[in-house]
Amino acid sequence: MASNTDISERQRSARQRLRIIAGHLQKSEGNEHTALSAQECKAETPRSNAAKVTAVPKRRQEILKWNGWGYSDSRFFFNKKGQAEFTGRRYRLSGLILPSLKDWFEGTFGANLQHKTPATASLNVSAVPPPNLNELFVEELKTAGVALSTDPEDRVFRSHGHCLHEIFALREGRIGKIPDLVVWPSCHDDVVKIVELACKHNVCLIPYGGGTSVSSALECPPEETRSIVSLDTSQMNRILWIDEKNLTAHVEAGIIGQDLERQLNESGYCTGHEPDSMEFSSLGGWVATRASGMKKNIYGNIEDLVVHIKMVTPRGVIEKSCQGPRLSTGPDIHHFILGSEGTLGVVTEVTMKIRPLPEYQKYGSVVFPNFQQGVACLREVAKQRCAPASIRLMDNEQFQFGHALKPQVSSIFTSFLEGLKKFYITKFKGFDPHHLCVATLLFEGDREKVLQHEKQVYDIAAKFGGLAAGEDNGQRGYMLTFVIAYLRDLGMDYYVIGESFETSVPWDRVLDLCRNVKERIVRECKERGVQFPPLSTCRVTQTYDAGACVYFYFAFNYRGLSDPIHVYEQVEHAAREEILANGGSLSHHHGVGKLRKEWMRETVSNVGLGMLKSVKEYVDPNNIFGNRNLL
Amino acid sequence: MASKVIYSLRDSTPKKRDDFEDILEERRNSSDLRYALKCYTPAVYRNLVPCKSSMLKNLVLQSEPLRYVIEQVSAESGESREVVQEEASQVLEEMAHRLQLSTVRFFAFTLSKAFKALYRSVRVNEEGIQRLQQAIQEHPVVLLPSHRSYIDFLMMSYLLFTYDLALPVIAAGMDFISMKFVGEMLRMSGAFFIRRSFGGDRLYWAVFSEYVKTILRNGYAPIEFFLEGTRSRTAKSLTPKTGLLNIVMEPFFKGEVFDVNLVPVSISYERILEESLYARELLGVPKPKESTSGLLKARRILSEDFGTMHVYFGAPVSVRSLAQSHINRSQYNLVPRHIPQRPAADTQAFVNDVAFHLVRLQEENMVLKPWALISTLLLKNPDGVELSTLTQQVDWLRRLALSFGAFLDWPDGEPCSKVISSSLTTHRNLAGVSGGRVRLVFPEASGAGLSAEEAEFNRAVTVLSCGSYRNQMLHVFVRPALLAVAMHSANSSRRDEIYNCFDFLRNIFSNEFILCPGASVQDFEEACYLLVKCGAVQESQQEVVMSSSGQATLSFLCSLMEPFLQGYQVVCRYLCEDTQEDLPEKNFVPAVRNFALRLILAGSLKCYEALSSDLQKNALAALIRLKAVKKVKTGDQVTLKINKMAVNSLEDMLGGKIPTQKPVLARL
Ligand SMILES: Cc1cc2nc3c(=O)[nH]c(=O)nc-3n(C[C@H](O)[C@H](O)[C@H](O)COP(=O)(O)OP(=O)(O)OC[C@H]3O[C@@H](n4cnc5c(N)ncnc54)[C@H](O)[C@@H]3O)c2cc1C
Repeated sequence: MASNTDISERQRSARQRLRIIAGHLQKSEGNEHTALSAQECKAETPRSNAAKVTAVPKRRQEILKWNGWGYSDSRFFFNKKGQAEFTGRRYRLSGLILPSLKDWFEGTFGANLQHKTPATASLNVSAVPPPNLNELFVEELKTAGVALSTDPEDRVFRSHGHCLHEIFALREGRIGKIPDLVVWPSCHDDVVKIVELACKHNVCLIPYGGGTSVSSALECPPEETRSIVSLDTSQMNRILWIDEKNLTAHVEAGIIGQDLERQLNESGYCTGHEPDSMEFSSLGGWVATRASGMKKNIYGNIEDLVVHIKMVTPRGVIEKSCQGPRLSTGPDIHHFILGSEGTLGVVTEVTMKIRPLPEYQKYGSVVFPNFQQGVACLREVAKQRCAPASIRLMDNEQFQFGHALKPQVSSIFTSFLEGLKKFYITKFKGFDPHHLCVATLLFEGDREKVLQHEKQVYDIAAKFGGLAAGEDNGQRGYMLTFVIAYLRDLGMDYYVIGESFETSVPWDRVLDLCRNVKERIVRECKERGVQFPPLSTCRVTQTYDAGACVYFYFAFNYRGLSDPIHVYEQVEHAAREEILANGGSLSHHHGVGKLRKEWMRETVSNVGLGMLKSVKEYVDPNNIFGNRNLL
Repeated sequence: MASKVIYSLRDSTPKKRDDFEDILEERRNSSDLRYALKCYTPAVYRNLVPCKSSMLKNLVLQSEPLRYVIEQVSAESGESREVVQEEASQVLEEMAHRLQLSTVRFFAFTLSKAFKALYRSVRVNEEGIQRLQQAIQEHPVVLLPSHRSYIDFLMMSYLLFTYDLALPVIAAGMDFISMKFVGEMLRMSGAFFIRRSFGGDRLYWAVFSEYVKTILRNGYAPIEFFLEGTRSRTAKSLTPKTGLLNIVMEPFFKGEVFDVNLVPVSISYERILEESLYARELLGVPKPKESTSGLLKARRILSEDFGTMHVYFGAPVSVRSLAQSHINRSQYNLVPRHIPQRPAADTQAFVNDVAFHLVRLQEENMVLKPWALISTLLLKNPDGVELSTLTQQVDWLRRLALSFGAFLDWPDGEPCSKVISSSLTTHRNLAGVSGGRVRLVFPEASGAGLSAEEAEFNRAVTVLSCGSYRNQMLHVFVRPALLAVAMHSANSSRRDEIYNCFDFLRNIFSNEFILCPGASVQDFEEACYLLVKCGAVQESQQEVVMSSSGQATLSFLCSLMEPFLQGYQVVCRYLCEDTQEDLPEKNFVPAVRNFALRLILAGSLKCYEALSSDLQKNALAALIRLKAVKKVKTGDQVTLKINKMAVNSLEDMLGGKIPTQKPVLARL
């Protein structure tokens, strides 16, 4: 319940939030005190720095939307003048007006501000099915002193991730199968206890981290008949120790990204792991899905970052006996855990590499005459192994989209495209505004090296016709990363639905894959009766030695369709088939979940699937971890 | 088998076809010069990477696939990279087109004159043109015209210019290069030249395929080639070649383009320019080497009337749609795409099926003139027919053809007799009326100078020329006709037995007619369907029987196959009776021809088709396929090893003397 303390806490966390974003947007603005909590745990793990200030409370409903992305106080809307605004105070965009968004939105989707599809205002608690409880299990949990709840809101909040169909259903007030019980272990030993009891009473456990899954991983399998228990790790959120000699930190797996970074920052460190969902996603979730952060070029992906993992399984606890930086001891058991998507057990504690905070950060951007040139440049950057902390290449549609999100500027009277043309034709002579594309850059390190590095990258870019386009454009690009998820909710208010999906692909196929997938989307939409051409756009978000990660955005106006979600799913399915046919992978970082399961066999071969199955059979013969992801 | 789904024939009921416009009409009413100099701004491929033809060569030479092969060839031959590269560059020089708008305009002008002299009208389905224009903008386009005459590709480019469409780059045989001037003119109007055979030459193949693919990938221009590989001398479609088709489909398989549009084009001639040339060629007068002066001599031809020409641009066929659920494109994921890979067996089968599918689409939209029906009937009656009888028969056959889905161009509301007489005017060199009977005309046996052989030879020229018009409509009848023969020779009404016969015949004649490999069951069903539809047979679960009124139809259909049955038997007889077990391949055609000629002279054979080298070669191919003859290569010499027993029994089966053996075919 909202109390006075809550409010001040909210303000504080809002400020902290700002600091995180500030990591991308501006330099840090002074210190902040975080209260230490006297939270108790039966665990005997030594603890230090047990900061109990977390951005997301145990009762998520207090500050998060129940049927959309992110904080309740932050959302886009069109004001009375038809201008888009972003509410709240958390983000740099908060409180600002985006004069071009309406034009872009209506022009791109054929949408109309008169045609609204508002969401159900509040969760109808009476529509929530009563829990199917395993009484003995509940009894014993209570005895063991584990926090739990059967509150409908608590359960609904943990019944979904952020796939389009999940959010769409909630907006319409449809509640599918949801967990019967939520439990909040507060440490590793709690988890051991819960898993033991779950085995004893044969209930189904679904680990829940930050709830940002985009693979239907958190959905309760409809065919499950046992009592389903959502194991929310959010209260296991302490940094247990920091080892400055080895530059590692031992952290409980429920900690969410923004808390982890903030707390490490206070000690002068960071992990550098920054997935776009870092405000909400958890360390355990990252491990369980093989997550990837924006700055992986410097810090690595999650699998490069973990030194030690502890996971509780129905068979017992799995972990390595030492923290050696590399082992030749047969197949790496971490790789059974990484990407296990909650099917084998609960990740409870992780030792992670940490780095001293970078001395200096600099944004940048480069405009290329076309996407081909841009890709060629990224390829060269990767070849020379000089990728900045982050380098992302937006295609033309996304570049235009980015511009539509420019906050209020002087000339609100010129139309969006005209303004764009004027700006780019005068500034970048010869570049066709319908072809040019932009790469955004983020450099990190000590000042001198950053400047050197920057020069190297811009020199390469110049060879591919790229022109430096300023820090601002780069910074705005990264800022948008965090608000883009909010935009989907705005679209859904006006008949526009959309989603993003990703893949990884060898360099030589990047262009072909991007073109073919985008075109496939357009074509499938047309064939399925979508009235207006969809937004079908992509960006290259990561570079590797041997390939790249490509991210697609896809959205369309669904007026006139009787079952828009079905159409959407068919198109996404076709797009995935196209990706696979063009040499792309099933997933670079979102994981498989239930959404992409059907392609697992062809992805990892029969034998590969058999191997995974036999691990599952050994570790969890009774399918206690029954979310049915992956296999 | 991949073939199953690609072509479904249940919809062989009359197709909705587009209307035609005569493009010469405007030419006759306005200045050819102004037309040739008109503003030409074709719509182009939306992802076009603009480039000049000289730049194109560089692109090809620097392409990864070619560099890879150059590297390999150099490593294996010990030649330096530069030397091999230079060789590749020369190959490309010899091959590449040099399209020039000025040359095109020159052709536009001269061809306007020529076409107006040759043809009464050139009729084009403009809806097809519109579809093509759309297709060109969306995806790379491959134009696949049928090939009956040299006029084909001239006409294609002429039409595209006329309609302001992107001019194609055309794969042409090297033979033209020998006509220095004409070759270069054609090159400048978009032709590129490939050697007829370059079997083992990896470098050549690499340059060639990369040249084509580069044009296609960049959307540089539509690519045009002839699926049949060469001009059909018989007016029957030839078994398609898959080499080039495979090359143009590969960029799709490998994801380099989103889709490729294949556009079948059916070019039908009321009278073929090369008519008697072809007949002579089939009878063994060697093909005149294409020489410029030869072509100039053709000026005489300009004073003749070649009737109407029809060009039907079929609906674009999307390779992507065809490949769906046939080709797993991810098979290319594990090897870099620039490394040449032999297409997998299923890909090969798929491409082959597509090739047949496309040829059938060409056939379907071939326009038939009344003369095709008339010549068919005249060939059946070498001694001529009463005009009134012929009129009745033509009318009857017209209805049958229509019910089988033929695309007939029949003058509206004209009495049949009038139609016949106007056809006879156009084809007066082949048939005429004398003494109230219509009959084929044979060149005068001018005095005693002509030997008996020469006389027969002259008759054969007329019969084969006429035969080529009958052949124009065979694709409409071939399946029901094979069924009619099968019913006759199975001597049973049991469906399975008839099917066995049908399958045997289909197999024997699969080089003769366009019969998609592996589609025997569908063909059988299609044949049954058509014969039931026209009331000639009745069909039940177990049986296929002639209906009481079916005699005329069935015997007509049998008679259509008669020349082929007889011709093949003659080939068999020759192999059994008149030669050793080992026969040098190069002797085969002349020897069979002699053998047949002897039979004709002795009066025991009436079938002049047996003299046709086309038929003879097809028969040989069938015998080899059925393993009755084996080809053995020793050094430069190819020898045919004949299994006389097997050949003999095939001959008997063709003659209907012994029923075909009952193979295990429980598929019905
Ligand atoms: C807007 C947005 C942006 C995103 N950006 C990125 C990105 O940049 N990079 C990226 O990699 N992903 C991204 N994602 C996907 C998602 O954030 C990641 O998959 C993330 O790792 C999920 O973490 P979570 O804590 O939210 O896990 P949840 O969504 O709660 O769970 C995901 C899966 O992991 C299992 N799981 C969770 N915690 C544990 C645990 N402790 N032990 C065992 N299993 C567990 C769950 O059972 C479930 O199967 C994004 C998602 C959204 C909505």
